[in-house]
Amino acid sequence: MTTSIDVSLGQVAAALALVAVAAAISFWRRTDLERDIVVATVRSFVQLTAIGYAIKLIFEADTIWLVVALLSVMVFFGAITARSRAKRVPGAFWPLLIGLAIAAASTLGLVVALGIFEATPRYLVPVGGMMIGNAMTASAVALNRLGDEVAGSRPAIEATLALGATAREAAAPFVRRALRSGTIALIDSTKTTGLIFFPGTMVGMLLAGAEPTDAVRLQLILLYALLGSTAIAALVATGLAYRNFFTPAQQLRELG
Amino acid sequence: MLFELRDVILSRGDRRVLDAVSADVHEGATAIVGPSGSGKSTLLRLLDRLADPDAGTIAYRGRPLADYDPLGLRREVALVPQLPALLEGTVASNLSYAAGLAGKELDVGRCLGHAGLDPGFAERDVGKLSVGEQQRAMLARALAQEPRVLLLDEPTSALDHAARDAIEATLTRLRGELDISLVVVSHDPEQARRLAERAVRLQAGRVAACGALEEALA
Repeated sequence: MTTSIDVSLGQVAAALALVAVAAAISFWRRTDLERDIVVATVRSFVQLTAIGYAIKLIFEADTIWLVVALLSVMVFFGAITARSRAKRVPGAFWPLLIGLAIAAASTLGLVVALGIFEATPRYLVPVGGMMIGNAMTASAVALNRLGDEVAGSRPAIEATLALGATAREAAAPFVRRALRSGTIALIDSTKTTGLIFFPGTMVGMLLAGAEPTDAVRLQLILLYALLGSTAIAALVATGLAYRNFFTPAQQLRELG
Repeated sequence: MLFELRDVILSRGDRRVLDAVSADVHEGATAIVGPSGSGKSTLLRLLDRLADPDAGTIAYRGRPLADYDPLGLRREVALVPQLPALLEGTVASNLSYAAGLAGKELDVGRCLGHAGLDPGFAERDVGKLSVGEQQRAMLARALAQEPRVLLLDEPTSALDHAARDAIEATLTRLRGELDISLVVVSHDPEQARRLAERAVRLQAGRVAACGALEEALA
């Protein structure tokens, strides 16, 4: 399945022509995004170049511990990023961190245990990065929704608590909706994959000269693994985070 | 004594919602009256331990509220909030959820009847009930737990006169039939006179009067 392709910096520079088109459109139609386009272009260059060299080092060192360290850093920053989108959830960091860590560890563990990928940096780094990135988006969406649901349903939640229901029982409908909204985007895009868009891995492999059937099979493996990792991350994050809305005496906390 | 409150203080931000509230709530029916914003609903929530005071003590039947398991307490002391908040589904499914939590056998028709609803309401979707019907379904749901005390927050605020009279008649009848104590929050002194024999009158978070109905309302 390994293929290789040489891409020169000149080719990358040539692609900047399309950035210039985007900036020109922004300038012409006064969307006032030229500055953001420049920042995005520079940041993507610096960040991807840096991570490219980091991955190169990790591939060459070929030790599992550097992989674990890199993925841990990604989980940490993923949790911080997701927290900024879940502002209405108190103490969202730990649920997100634990959710991302469990999602990454369990899905990577499973694909290795099932013999789908070898436990080498060449597989673990890119697959882990994809799992964490998608799990982050799913759990951020789920907690964002959970915060909105609880804020908008305080009377209903208290009415259920007043029946002597536990916090878990009173929050259950809202946790369910949050989990659903966190996972549904990937499920929907998986349904339409190949019809409306070509997923990135497949595009990359085709460009790199792989057989289309290989590209498709690898893409399917990744899509299926992503379904698992996003569901696990959103499940763990919502399952831990809802508790922060309640006191030990099963009361809905006053917030803000 | 049903509830004893001593120097209860509760603040929300800079505002004292309840300021050194001391009151005795006896068995029977007690009205909590006062203008809106005087802390009536907050006081009711404290009695069900849906919140805790910042300072002061509240006892239920001689024991501090904090000594009770909050879940068991809330099944024995049922709070019916001002705004109906039923769970999705039918009226019967709401009643059966409540009865299940309290570990009680459910007689749907009887609970509905107590709340002034005919048995045909059992299979109605709660989303299709009027606010007045929802308010009665909330009462029926509370009764499904066979509580000893009902805490009612403005139980007739969303109702027209006829429906209000029906609910008040129901509450009066329930006291006779089920030996339930009532604590009723109302902004309407006349309703307090119709339903209760004692009253606590709140004014800006403080107890303005507490005791027999006419003295407290005077």
